[in-house]
Amino acid sequence: MKILPLIISAAVTTGLVITLNTKLLLPAPLGKLLSPQHGIWQNAENANAGFNMDLSFPLLKGKVDVYLDDRLVPHVFAGQENDVYFVQGYIHAKFRLWQMELQTFAAAGRASEIIGDKALTHDREFRRLGMGYAAEISLKEMEADPRTKASCDAYTAGVNAYISSLTEAQLPIEYKLIGYTPEPWTNLKSALFLKYMSYDLAAHDDDMEMTNAKSYFSAADFDLLYPSKQDSLDPIIPKGTIYAVPKVSVQKPAAADSIYFQNKDMVGAQDDKPDRENGSNNWAVSGAKTKSGKPILCNDPHLGLNLPSLWFEMQLSTPSFNVYGATFPGAPSVIIGFTDSCAWGVTNGGRDVRDYYEIKFKDDSRNEYWFDSAWKKTEFRIETIKVKDKPDYVDTVAYTVFGPVMFDKSYSGIKGVANDKYYAVTWKAHSPSNELLAFNLLDHAKNYTDYITAITNMHTPGQNFAFAAKDGDIAMRTQGEWPAKWKGQGDFIMPGTDSSYMWQAMIPQDENPFQYNPERSFVSSANQKPADSAYPYYLGRNYPPYRGFIINRKLTAMSAITPQDMMAMQTSNYDVFAEMARPIFLKNINEGMLDATEKKYLDIFKKWDLNNEVDAIAPTVFSILWNSFDSVVFNDEFKKAPAAIAHPFESSLLDGILRDSNYKFVDNIETAQKETVKDDVTAAFKAAVTQLKILESAGRLPWAKYKATEINHLTKLQPFSRLDIAIGGGTHCINATKQYHGPSWRMIVSLTAQTEAYGVYPGGQSGNPGSRFYDNFIDQWVAGKYYPLWMMKTGDENDSRVKWKMSFTN
Amino acid sequence: MKFIVSILLIALLSVAACLYLPWWSIAIVAFIVAALIPQKPFKSFLTGFIALFLLWGLLSWYISSNNNHLLAHKVSLVILKTDSPFILIIATAIIGALVAGFAALSGSFVRKS
Repeated sequence: MKILPLIISAAVTTGLVITLNTKLLLPAPLGKLLSPQHGIWQNAENANAGFNMDLSFPLLKGKVDVYLDDRLVPHVFAGQENDVYFVQGYIHAKFRLWQMELQTFAAAGRASEIIGDKALTHDREFRRLGMGYAAEISLKEMEADPRTKASCDAYTAGVNAYISSLTEAQLPIEYKLIGYTPEPWTNLKSALFLKYMSYDLAAHDDDMEMTNAKSYFSAADFDLLYPSKQDSLDPIIPKGTIYAVPKVSVQKPAAADSIYFQNKDMVGAQDDKPDRENGSNNWAVSGAKTKSGKPILCNDPHLGLNLPSLWFEMQLSTPSFNVYGATFPGAPSVIIGFTDSCAWGVTNGGRDVRDYYEIKFKDDSRNEYWFDSAWKKTEFRIETIKVKDKPDYVDTVAYTVFGPVMFDKSYSGIKGVANDKYYAVTWKAHSPSNELLAFNLLDHAKNYTDYITAITNMHTPGQNFAFAAKDGDIAMRTQGEWPAKWKGQGDFIMPGTDSSYMWQAMIPQDENPFQYNPERSFVSSANQKPADSAYPYYLGRNYPPYRGFIINRKLTAMSAITPQDMMAMQTSNYDVFAEMARPIFLKNINEGMLDATEKKYLDIFKKWDLNNEVDAIAPTVFSILWNSFDSVVFNDEFKKAPAAIAHPFESSLLDGILRDSNYKFVDNIETAQKETVKDDVTAAFKAAVTQLKILESAGRLPWAKYKATEINHLTKLQPFSRLDIAIGGGTHCINATKQYHGPSWRMIVSLTAQTEAYGVYPGGQSGNPGSRFYDNFIDQWVAGKYYPLWMMKTGDENDSRVKWKMSFTN
Repeated sequence: MKFIVSILLIALLSVAACLYLPWWSIAIVAFIVAALIPQKPFKSFLTGFIALFLLWGLLSWYISSNNNHLLAHKVSLVILKTDSPFILIIATAIIGALVAGFAALSGSFVRKS
């Protein structure tokens, strides 16, 4: 034996193995990652891969057959109700496990466990908002209902059946690249996922920014900049509807004017918010308006666009129900879809259900706080955040009667500045509710009564539920459990020393605005204010009015509608906001002051057909011009404002100028002379052209290039994402496709005897970037095309659309 | 003959070991084969190197071409910051080759007295 060479070469070998198995020297453990039998190569799915399988699980009560069609949509046929949820869980995990787990880690404030301390502020924000606390309350409610508990137990067992069968080689590629493994699924994780949706849809209030705006501006200016009235509003429930005398009346505290509305305190803390454009469209037309004489229902929820997609398409079928639609990987049931008798779709309700209260603690220990003229004991929830490669971070959160004290000296938010005050958050998502029951019952719905019974379980996030049935019924209900508020309650941070500022009651469910078979033969919603001022409860301030306006105008004019007409409407790029705003510019611009280039752009703008098409330049001109005009009008007033201040609503500026050509803010308060709309429009146009020239030289003038829609992988890894997508539309178009947001699932259901349904989402059924099914729907979605949605029936097993079969037995 | 037999044995046993053990079991296989079949150190190194270069190179190439190199395009960008399935396959082959090569070299020194 040659000892020395042996030792040296053995050391080299060991060193090589350690280097290639860890991230000590390399950015990734290359040996582990590239081993063809373990690493990423195992995720390179054969381009002709089949999905036939025979599986056996003792937890199943009977046989379940899954038929996968050519788009990899599973059609699940089970003999027993709960077996269908077991298989749903198994299939969600098989195709989307990494995403399911990541979303629940993020929801629970556990992202640092996976990606390290760069996620610590996110985790603290979510823990302090009480995401885990809310999910635990929700879980209790879910498990108290036998029906929900059974479906969740079966779903969880299905997910875990898949997880426990996984080998290192079969792990989704993201686990391999980041370097961790999945943990068992639980019912709590499904609850956390639903709370994540509540956060996404019911946590976009601007209470802090509005508080600063109220403190900074005079009351009169505030009302002009942030009015509760919008001129273009065509509410979900039409104007002129008569409402019954409210069953609940709420009292404004006697001293509210002086200590709340006229309070001039500034706020340093700032909460993190989901995109406020998380909006959507839905509508249903009755048979009177369609060619077939049967209703048609349409829905396109606008959410953050990601890969893997939030949605997963499925059909679930048992002897007691049969449903097709979009499901959430992470929860049982179909969320948006249709049964053999009816269809439903949702848009976000958008009401303010998250309010803040300023708490007065006795001292820094936070053990007692002043409430209704006495010191009250605080409860503490200790949040231990595990951080990858670092010691645990322990955050102790004080809980009051209002809810968790989210902001204090130790935490002022991701964007906040130093803050020595205490703010507790009251959030509707903290109260007990069981939203899954709403979807479980909807999946069984046969008619209008079933639909109403089902959706009253939907408390948070409040949603506008459109409905249509084969028996001819259509309906719209703005559904949620909403606090009854006195006018202005919760628009700003409220005093937390006094119970009179707390929410006093909930609006009774039967007083939620709704419409059932209305005379106009259609119902619609697009996140606009649900009702006009005749509705007896306070509805808050800022709702986007424009998409609702154009949808109602189109539907009013349409007749003999076909599903194809609805496709054209759902993908319409017409910009109704531009239609209202353009005359202001064309009427007021001083053409004599423009040079040749500026005139060229003005000409493009004048000749625009108001469609935000992919190659059009005019939408880019308008978008930049509007922002430029907004800056010219408001920059002087906001120059000395605190950083966290609400920007005036888009409708405030448009309505303000249309109402009054001497709109107060048009004058630049920093100059001696008095500017007019003409001056501002011309100055804004010149400034806009400066930016347009830069874009022109960069080749980014065409609308789609300027807007640059992208669908990012959840890790933001570019090679797993789709960038620079050539799609039109925009914020105010029915096709509300923006840079990172857009129609996340387009669905059209014609409720003829034989259901005719179409749908598409910007993603693919497989979450594996190495699969041909990863992003194969995107091009169809971009082109505004749809796939027929196939409600498979028993007897269709040999249909040419069936490509693979998975058999589950017990 | 010994040379070819060693290469074949290392390749075949590596496939078998990796069915059950972590990827670095290729080092154990190469070490044992080189220790049992005595050859000159450099030749032993070559048996391990060639066996795994061919095995991992061909395996990854085979998997990747069945995938139309869809994933290799993406992963080469993620790991190597360059869009080249070919370089990713070569990198895979060289990594396996180096580990098995040095392991086989070590194995050869056990017998050499």
